[in-house]
Amino acid sequence: MNAWRNVWTITKRELAAYFTSPLAYVFIVIFLLLCGFFTFFVGGFFERQEASLVRPFFDWHPWFYLFLVPAVGMRLWAEERRVGTIELLLTMPITAWQAILGKFLASWLFLALALALTFPVVITVNYLGRPDNGVILTAYVGSWLMAGAYLAISCITSALTRSQVVSFIISLVVCLFLILAGFPPVINVLEQVAPKLVDLVAFFSVMTHFEGFQKGVLDSRDILFFLSVIGFSLFTTSVILRTHRAG
Amino acid sequence: MIKVQNLAKVFGTKRAVDDVSFSVNRGEVLGFLGPNGAGKSTTMRMITGFLPPSGGSVSVGGFDIVEHPIEARRLIGYLPENAPAYTDMTVHGFLNFAAEIRGLRGDARKQAVNRVVEMCFLGSVLHQSVETLSKGYRHRTCFAQSIIHDPDVLVMDEPTDGLDPNQKHEVRQLIRRMGEKKAIIFSTHILEEVDAACSRAIIIDRGKIVANGTPQELRQKSEWAGAVTLRVKGVAASAVTAKLYQVPLVKRVTVVDEKDGRVTVRAFPKSGANGALAQAIGEAAHEWQIEQLQAEEGRLDEVFRSITMPDTAKEAA
Repeated sequence: MNAWRNVWTITKRELAAYFTSPLAYVFIVIFLLLCGFFTFFVGGFFERQEASLVRPFFDWHPWFYLFLVPAVGMRLWAEERRVGTIELLLTMPITAWQAILGKFLASWLFLALALALTFPVVITVNYLGRPDNGVILTAYVGSWLMAGAYLAISCITSALTRSQVVSFIISLVVCLFLILAGFPPVINVLEQVAPKLVDLVAFFSVMTHFEGFQKGVLDSRDILFFLSVIGFSLFTTSVILRTHRAG
Repeated sequence: MIKVQNLAKVFGTKRAVDDVSFSVNRGEVLGFLGPNGAGKSTTMRMITGFLPPSGGSVSVGGFDIVEHPIEARRLIGYLPENAPAYTDMTVHGFLNFAAEIRGLRGDARKQAVNRVVEMCFLGSVLHQSVETLSKGYRHRTCFAQSIIHDPDVLVMDEPTDGLDPNQKHEVRQLIRRMGEKKAIIFSTHILEEVDAACSRAIIIDRGKIVANGTPQELRQKSEWAGAVTLRVKGVAASAVTAKLYQVPLVKRVTVVDEKDGRVTVRAFPKSGANGALAQAIGEAAHEWQIEQLQAEEGRLDEVFRSITMPDTAKEAA
């Protein structure tokens, strides 16, 4: 009970920190502009003539997140280390886990808010046709879980360095790998080179696991995949924070 | 309240803290002295549980900082070096956060925040963002967070660093007042602070404790402790020194100044003189015209130098 209170205290502080800096507003505006632009112009929402958001809207999410999530997560620990507040935070009567979880949840809730603000797309498609709203909902859930996986990776890279820029670049590269491992062109090449490895490599891709959600399938394996990426990354973050201090 | 036993910290091949032991009881203010890089901050970081020790143990209020970190940290208020604070928050928001994470809710939290705002004179900047504060205010904000839960143990790393003389004075007074009921450790390299606020001081150098005692005891280690300065008129310096060397308690005599027919000399006592030197010299000099006869107290800066830089201390004296 007390533990969750501590987590929530950290989460509240982090969320407030997002909204006192222009970062939050810039992020949300860019995210929404990108979503709108890609859905209606690049994704050909109208040309498709179908009441579905999967291809024109959700297909872009892994790519948006590639740039936007590391930007949200980069400050989580890097800034604490640069300013020195990490020394305050980790000498408070809370465990490192509570701090890690609190920070992660704050950023994840922030991403949920950004995602929720794309609701006009849902209204539009419902106004124009009769889409399967169940599929849209599962795709949203999948998108949010995927964002969480990216974010947890950004937590690691943020804990690795004092510099937000370095954190941003490293997590971008790692997340890019997670996308490309399941990206059709890469899979095709891999099929010719090492056919036995294809399934293994593709298993590690967020694309493979996001696919199911986009079809409206809530597969426990996909959910477990994202949750275990999150769990593993947060655990790694705790190890990194501990080794820093062990000197 | 604080018990440090054989504490050690190794960074790579460097022993930053090496076999440090001491304890601080309630009602004591311990000054932690040492040159830069001596291991003061590292020791404090281990006491507060930020750095895990490489060896030895720390217990706070009976709780081991490694075994029971949460219980131990609950008792501690900590002001880290350079007084970090969340720059994106207002002073009020920051203090509220500190209170909340210390488990204070509702009215208790409001009262705690009001109390420290008053104690640290933060009223005028309460709704300003920490980023825009001057160094002094930022420092006091971080100080306020360290005492917000009225901790039994206070650990402060250079609490007066970067403050103006008035603020320094305030902080020393505050430490002194709080020291009556708490166990306090603070580090500094300003020696006058030791006199102003400490009941005991430890000098640490290259990771090891090299002196431990009350400011008075430390001063006794000084060559100056019990030395006598004498100014006489109308006598040659050589005659004065020759005469003083005949006094049994005198170890060494130096000529400080000689002009306008006045000679100032300083006599250092042999060990065990116990302050009797002034009288002995007064008797030896009774036939001269004495303008000044003054027994010196020990000087902390000289003790500090002679302990931490043994090679150069002699010249400086």
